[in-house]
Amino acid sequence: MATVQDVEIRDSAARTAAAAEELQDVQGEKMVLNMGPSHPATHGVLRIVLELDGEVITKADPDVGYLHRGDEKIAENMTYTQFIPYTDRLDYLAPLANNVAYALAVEKLLGIHDKLPPRCQYVRVMCAELARISAHLLGLGAFAMDTGAVTVFLLTFTEREKIYNLAEAASGARLTTSYTRIGGLMRDVPPTWCDQVRQFLKEFAVALNEAETLLTRNRIWVDRLRDLGVVSKAMAIDYGLSGPNLRASGVDWDLRKNQPYLCYKDLDFDVALGSVGDCYDRYLVRMEEMKQSMRILEQCCNKIPGGAENKSHEPVSVQDGKITLPSKQKVLSSMEELIHQFMLVTEGVNCPPGETYFGHENPKGELGFYINSKGGGTPNRLKIRAPSFINLSILGELLPGCMISDVPVVLGSLDFVMGESDR
Amino acid sequence: MSALKSANQIKAKFGDLVAEPTEFRGEITLKIADAEKIFDVCAFAKSIGFDYLVDITSIDNYGSDPRWTVAYHLRAIGNGIEIRLKTNVSEEKSELPSVLPVWRTANWHEREIYDMMGIRFSGHPDLRRILMWEGYPYFPLRKDFPLAGKPSDLPGVAFTQISPMEGGPFVTVAGGNDSIAREPRVRIPETDSVEFNARIEARADNKEARGRAFGPGPIEKK
Repeated sequence: MATVQDVEIRDSAARTAAAAEELQDVQGEKMVLNMGPSHPATHGVLRIVLELDGEVITKADPDVGYLHRGDEKIAENMTYTQFIPYTDRLDYLAPLANNVAYALAVEKLLGIHDKLPPRCQYVRVMCAELARISAHLLGLGAFAMDTGAVTVFLLTFTEREKIYNLAEAASGARLTTSYTRIGGLMRDVPPTWCDQVRQFLKEFAVALNEAETLLTRNRIWVDRLRDLGVVSKAMAIDYGLSGPNLRASGVDWDLRKNQPYLCYKDLDFDVALGSVGDCYDRYLVRMEEMKQSMRILEQCCNKIPGGAENKSHEPVSVQDGKITLPSKQKVLSSMEELIHQFMLVTEGVNCPPGETYFGHENPKGELGFYINSKGGGTPNRLKIRAPSFINLSILGELLPGCMISDVPVVLGSLDFVMGESDR
Repeated sequence: MSALKSANQIKAKFGDLVAEPTEFRGEITLKIADAEKIFDVCAFAKSIGFDYLVDITSIDNYGSDPRWTVAYHLRAIGNGIEIRLKTNVSEEKSELPSVLPVWRTANWHEREIYDMMGIRFSGHPDLRRILMWEGYPYFPLRKDFPLAGKPSDLPGVAFTQISPMEGGPFVTVAGGNDSIAREPRVRIPETDSVEFNARIEARADNKEARGRAFGPGPIEKK
């Protein structure tokens, strides 16, 4: 027995119209994707909640704080000198620069930041510039690796190893350097240090050139970076970006030039500026900054007061018993030095009441310390202006409109470190 | 154009609202008498060139009134002039206008201050905790929050016990009568009898303060 079934076959235009009606809800639906906090491209513990329309990001909400250790609270409960090791752990890719920044901030409160011995200033500048190269190298290596270029990572890490050796020779530690003290340095650099720096510069110039040939005109690299994550000049200022990220947008602001501290006035270097403010510009600015740091280091090696071996015994610390520790020999033989040593160790450096802010041009941007003192050896409030924290706040505006595969590129180009962001 | 000139320009515009500029280590500070007017002052400061907000800081003046101080560090990128604006906020109010419409970088600064100190910013569109986790019950940067931490009974959140080092071995306070006051292992201000009670007695609103040592809590979600 045959049955007849009515089959309705509509033409394609009618079918599409019917399907569109049914799919309307599905098409408009957006997906929420959680990225991090332990994602290899987020360089630490950054979490981003992305809202996606297909592969295009429509909303991004960065979530920081996974590495929060309460450094500001800790600082209120110890003497100024005791906090120096904590600054190593802010931007742990450039601990030497953090040490210098913090010491200068406390010295500004004491009113001695422009009376530091010249040799101390030169050694500090060298430390800060070595730290800048080291931080930019890691940023560049990780940036390239996230984008698929693994070779650069190997090159930059070889060079970073040499900087660690230099830090070890100066301070005795590779990562947790704590090299500065309030009013000077922990100790002078060893006599062969300047030669080691020169040797490093020679080898580094070759490696940097090699990394540059691998990337700067690499078709894939340029295609992925250009016109991506564009930050205009006005937007960079409005969002308070600092360091290479600010300069890549064409804002001519470098604290080493605009508010010269230490001996930067006597040194000859240029400030690298971008024009578009995209990821490629941020990459180029960092490359140029490393070259300028090499120039600064070269000049410092030649001009350092006392020469490499410090035969004329130039001091590296302020000669004030109320600020820097006296020599051990004097502590054991003289009453006054013994008292100074005792007071400094138990009560800390006696700072005047008042408030100061000091911003230091760190590799990631402006690392600022706001110190509010009621007098005595501990701060009443110590606020750390962390450049990574502020640079990250732009993500919510920068990512929407990008593809998902662009996220590692934008993150790599902003070059942040979560230890500093979360404090 | 110097920082002092800019400060006087702001003072001329707002009159008695702004105190005479003070200078310390070459930094100019302006005190704003009424925290409610901070938005207007900031908007005017931006219009005369302070286009870059470096930082916003909160200070807990525990034991004196008004309890909070909020400091804004401004900079004019064009000529490098810097100035600091300060205003006080009482503990009862714990609120001041947001400057987010003036500088967008204020967004995370204000969220951080709310998270750490519990000062609220009216008009901020997204005032959530930023460094601590959502739902954390305390404001850790307040002076009456002990360094050793406090246990919190949130289920499923790690590290809710007080820290095992009891605040760390190196914690010292300069001054103090004896070595115990100078180097206490755990400082819990509520039970830290000598110093804490003296501070509480010194407060003008002493009776009210006893009941609300922790100030206003987190914003209730509606």
